[in-house]
Amino acid sequence: MTKLTRSSGALLKTYLVLLFFLALKAGGNSAMAWGMKQVPERMSINPALYLRAMLNPFVAMGIAALILALLTRMALLSLADLSFVLPVTAVGYVLAVFLGKVFLHETVTRQRWLGTALIFAGAALVGSTSRNTTSNTAPVPQEPR
Amino acid sequence: MKWVLVAAIVFATVLGDLLQSHEMKRAGEQSVSARGFARLLHVIAQRRLLILGIACNAVSFFAFMALVQTEPLSFAVPASSASFVLETLLAKFVLHERIGARRAAGALAVLAGVILVGG
Repeated sequence: MTKLTRSSGALLKTYLVLLFFLALKAGGNSAMAWGMKQVPERMSINPALYLRAMLNPFVAMGIAALILALLTRMALLSLADLSFVLPVTAVGYVLAVFLGKVFLHETVTRQRWLGTALIFAGAALVGSTSRNTTSNTAPVPQEPR
Repeated sequence: MKWVLVAAIVFATVLGDLLQSHEMKRAGEQSVSARGFARLLHVIAQRRLLILGIACNAVSFFAFMALVQTEPLSFAVPASSASFVLETLLAKFVLHERIGARRAAGALAVLAGVILVGG
């Protein structure tokens, strides 16, 4: 494998991990929100209420997806700078606005659309910069000679 | 009380992300396959600072939950996005990431967008 294809393969991997993270986060949050609406009790400081809420299958599924999302974000941090990961993962806000409009029929104000556009543009700008600028990453394993 | 919660959220988020970024870069590139996750859990079990970083996530999650119980999202989201600015600055000065003009401009646009969406 040449150096060029190896680095573009790693770039592709970074974007795939990013997409996977965004899907898990959006799916997990939606499942959790849907499930919590079915739970009759109001949440308070009492931890037993949270444990009982977890018996709802949507809440349980949501929590599982969010735990996977946390692990995926850590994998993303192993591939790219923190100052790269933070802006590009903010695309999740855009996704939330979009999902809210399509599935929950929420009205989206003009201010919110403007914010969404700014997040998208900023994330695209950051996404075009080199993803890893520190040298303390473990080196790419050498090809067998 | 609300500013105590905001401070707790920002502090825990910043500390948690700095620790996780630092530790994950040292652990080397990870993947998200089933085997990749198993390896990642192994990495977490071996690194105390990484566990501390995850604990920070939990603190900021519950503090945010407490904040939105009394304050509207239009306050909670922009107020806690202060962590975004702090983290980007600390990524430069503590983690020694190179933040060029393009990345800085993009981060500022995202910050403005997050405040507009939350407000």
